[in-house]
Amino acid sequence: MTNLKTRTAVSVNGLRKTYGEKVVLDGVDLSIGEGEVFALLGPNGAGKTTIVRILSTLIPADARTASVMGHDLRREAAAVRNVIGVTGQFSAVDNWLTGEENLLLMGRLLHLPATELRTRAAQLLELFDLVDVARQTPATYSGGMKRRLDIAMTLMGRPRLIFLDEPTTGLDPRSRHTMWLLIRDLRAEGITILLTTQYLEEADQLADRIAVLDRGHIVAEGTPEELKRRVPGAHIRLRFADVASLDEAARELREGTRDDEKLVLRVPNDGGIRSLREVLARLGDDVAVEGLSIHTPDLDDVFFALTGNASKEKSQ
Amino acid sequence: MTTLTIAAQDSATMLWREIKHSIRLLRLLIVSAVVVPVAMLLLFDYILGGTLGHGLGAVARGAPYVDYLVPGILMMTVAGGCGPTAINVSMDMTGGFVDRIRTMAVTRGALLAGHVGVSVLRMLVATAAVTGVALLLGFRPQASVADWLAVVGIVAAFSFALAWLSAAIGLVTKSVAGANGSTLPLSFLLPFVSSTFVPADSMPAGVRWFAANQPFSAVVDSLRALLTGSPVGNTAYLALAWCAVIALAGYVWAQAAFRRGTR
Repeated sequence: MTNLKTRTAVSVNGLRKTYGEKVVLDGVDLSIGEGEVFALLGPNGAGKTTIVRILSTLIPADARTASVMGHDLRREAAAVRNVIGVTGQFSAVDNWLTGEENLLLMGRLLHLPATELRTRAAQLLELFDLVDVARQTPATYSGGMKRRLDIAMTLMGRPRLIFLDEPTTGLDPRSRHTMWLLIRDLRAEGITILLTTQYLEEADQLADRIAVLDRGHIVAEGTPEELKRRVPGAHIRLRFADVASLDEAARELREGTRDDEKLVLRVPNDGGIRSLREVLARLGDDVAVEGLSIHTPDLDDVFFALTGNASKEKSQ
Repeated sequence: MTTLTIAAQDSATMLWREIKHSIRLLRLLIVSAVVVPVAMLLLFDYILGGTLGHGLGAVARGAPYVDYLVPGILMMTVAGGCGPTAINVSMDMTGGFVDRIRTMAVTRGALLAGHVGVSVLRMLVATAAVTGVALLLGFRPQASVADWLAVVGIVAAFSFALAWLSAAIGLVTKSVAGANGSTLPLSFLLPFVSSTFVPADSMPAGVRWFAANQPFSAVVDSLRALLTGSPVGNTAYLALAWCAVIALAGYVWAQAAFRRGTR
């Protein structure tokens, strides 16, 4: 990938937010490039929604300000609102309007020309697979359909930056998968996306870059690969037929932790061909290896290693 | 487009939304806005009207109790619209809708303007319907065309005033159920402690002065004078003045609550 720095969609420096004594955000720095999918990953109460609410002009930050699509959040809030779209954590569809009317409502509030209003609504109903229920109220929709309508409403004005606050929370696995496909489509169209999630897998699947948020601090930031590399723990597991083989392998390799009950030896290894070959060569032909599996750390490992409270839970 | 035309356009959009809501909830609205006042009318006229009518004495000027009662019922029809307005505002504030439009370049006041606009429309339609039923039940108004226009004007002004007040109540209550409960003094208590059903003069000394001088009595007295053809005096102006005061207070309160609630 060429490292041509694209324009910055979101730039935040030392963002703080307190409610009384409670510090919700304690100096958050973010820089999101245009066209990027950026995930804020963190447990409940980490401050993810607060960041979204500040960046979408709903609440002011205490100290410092930020720029969104080149506009200052505090001084040019109206200009910011013209280029963003927000799908909050809680459903913001109008339950007494039909799906189509919900989209028309958004279009009218965005002052779209009358001709574009209907075509855009029809286009989004098609794109989000809501044509069949367009004339029904969301009371008859499934959770996934409601969420899709919610996002379609966000897209009526063709925003260049969208915020998706926990877009798949509460959805069943199939709806979640559909939502992932939709988010990838939006990215392909060049829309910058800031999404928050509690799911490591989701961030891993969707995001170009991830910031791990814990109690108002960003504790790590990078691509999913970079984050995984930060955590030691890549290893291979060798399984043996009997204790004798396990003994011999442990003697030959001189490293790793053994599990006599399961007849398994866990050896630090990055899983590359060269290092695997090395291990196998040292074992020779005599040691009966029943099985071998490679383990690279996933985002769960990263998450547990980086956030204090979670790692405590893990050590219990 | 100027700010003003955008504001008008946004308010019209919100009004469109609220009219759609009212159509979807038509059956519920007919019950609360028309059936309940008509039931009150029947109860007070047929069940209690005999005794109440006798008790009126000279005040009734020889007319049956229903002629005294209907102006009061019309005022209560308007007051009965407070609950739905407060509930609708509260639902928007507690759901995600208000946050969604706040992240869009939508005129700030449009949402409340839509609620108040549709609330006034609902109250006017409901009072017209209740008036129709009252005529069928034997209500015989003695009003000229000018009197009728004045009645419509006062009903509209009172609706507008109570709509702003209810919107403010919907904004400050923390829940939808709370919004409904908090409008009960407006839709129930104050109408009873006024000249809606019986003259304030007939009430115990403790509440007599309050009942005679509170805004609901001013509205009922003016409607009654206009509809029964008795001297209107300055009651109509007094009623309109009260409406102006309530509307202004409700508006200021609602705007402040909206700003506070959306910070």
